[in-house]
Amino acid sequence: MPSLGADMDAGTLVEWLIKPGDDVHHGDIVAVVETDKGAIEVEIFDDGTVKSLEVPVGAKVPVGTVLARIDGKGEEKAPEAKPARAAPPPEPQPPAPVPPVAKPKPAAKAPAHVGEGVRASPVARKRAQELGIDLSGVEGTGPEGAVTLKDVEQGGPAAAKAPPKTAVARGIKPADMRKAIAAAMARSNREIPHYYVSLDIELTALSDWLAAENGARPVQDRLLLIAPMLKAVALALKEVPELNGQWQGERFVPMSDVHMGVAIALRGGGLIAPAIHGADQMRVGSLMAGLRDLTNRTRKGGLKSSELSDPTFTVTSLGEDSADSVSPIIFPPQAAILGLGAIRRRPWVHDDGLVVRPIVTATLGADHRVSDGRTGGRFLRFLADLLQEPSKL
Amino acid sequence: MTPDDLMATVKHALYDVAPELEDEDLAADRPLRDQTELDSMDFLNLAIAIHDATGIDIPEADYPKLQSLDDIVGYLGTKLH
Repeated sequence: MPSLGADMDAGTLVEWLIKPGDDVHHGDIVAVVETDKGAIEVEIFDDGTVKSLEVPVGAKVPVGTVLARIDGKGEEKAPEAKPARAAPPPEPQPPAPVPPVAKPKPAAKAPAHVGEGVRASPVARKRAQELGIDLSGVEGTGPEGAVTLKDVEQGGPAAAKAPPKTAVARGIKPADMRKAIAAAMARSNREIPHYYVSLDIELTALSDWLAAENGARPVQDRLLLIAPMLKAVALALKEVPELNGQWQGERFVPMSDVHMGVAIALRGGGLIAPAIHGADQMRVGSLMAGLRDLTNRTRKGGLKSSELSDPTFTVTSLGEDSADSVSPIIFPPQAAILGLGAIRRRPWVHDDGLVVRPIVTATLGADHRVSDGRTGGRFLRFLADLLQEPSKL
Repeated sequence: MTPDDLMATVKHALYDVAPELEDEDLAADRPLRDQTELDSMDFLNLAIAIHDATGIDIPEADYPKLQSLDDIVGYLGTKLH
């Protein structure tokens, strides 16, 4: 059972997607587990042949439990409990953007959404979409009545049952999510000596660049301001490696690549901060596509285990119509986090005169065991400088 | 396309972006941001969905005009005629 964050100590096996004798390859999705963050697809990180499944469907087991055994290259291996990747492929391909919407057809009354609100594994949901099956008509045989891939492929429409009226379609229990966040943040505050540094950053150049870029892009490829900002954060982290990495055992391990955690708010409360792998090596357009895909899968299902275990740094952005600044709490085992307040037009000193400019307050929270305020300030300065030349991102 | 057709189209697009809103009684004349948890990613996705449904590309500069469902329907109506 992989650890998908400091707040997770156990998970429930919802579904096996492999069986003994199957050949598996690095990156294959082999199982689905239910956590406080919803149903997560578990990847495998070796090649080989499945020897045995050690945990039955429906069992809740602690993190670190061997879920299955594979024979690979003459060696018996447990496929889970993968350490954070220190060296991912050098040229990561951003995930193909998942269209956020099916092509809607004008209609007098919009049709009901297929299976929203039904507890179902992501693969089951995906397969149901492919087959055009309404999940609300499929009897679930998984834990707590969750619809599994097998249910979709074998069952099809059964006795109709009303979908539960829950705002969270992924089957996340808001109370569990809130407990998990509380546990992780309490641990972070208890174990990590935080320090904070802030800087107001002028965004005129970035706003102008974005307007010109979006004017030339079709709507499907338009950028949000957060995309170039994430790229600038990733590049600034390359200059300040003390902020990019994870605690492993008793020491901080800096990572050569930036797996950018992005805090994504869930409908109905709570948040998850999965990673965009290799953000430092992506172009801004690819980062935007990756962020759209990640946001969709966070809210609708389909996150992969590595996306939850791999972040080396996290950005949380309050968005528009929100507060001016945020002092975020570090997600263990990471050692730093950046909080971005709302972008507002504020007074700004320019050439000894007072002007009005779009400004964001960037606040870095970092681990004093790893770095100090001077390091954090240097990072923010790099970030501010990079944002003044957005065409170079 | 009548205003009612446009409203149905916009709502369909909205529900694809945020399915949970189907259960909400949204006031057409009130800003969506005041009634929902939609963020900038959702609004971009909504613009894409509307484009897919109507062929109308809403320039980013016009986004601030489109606060409520009525605003969006009125805007699309002017583009179609």
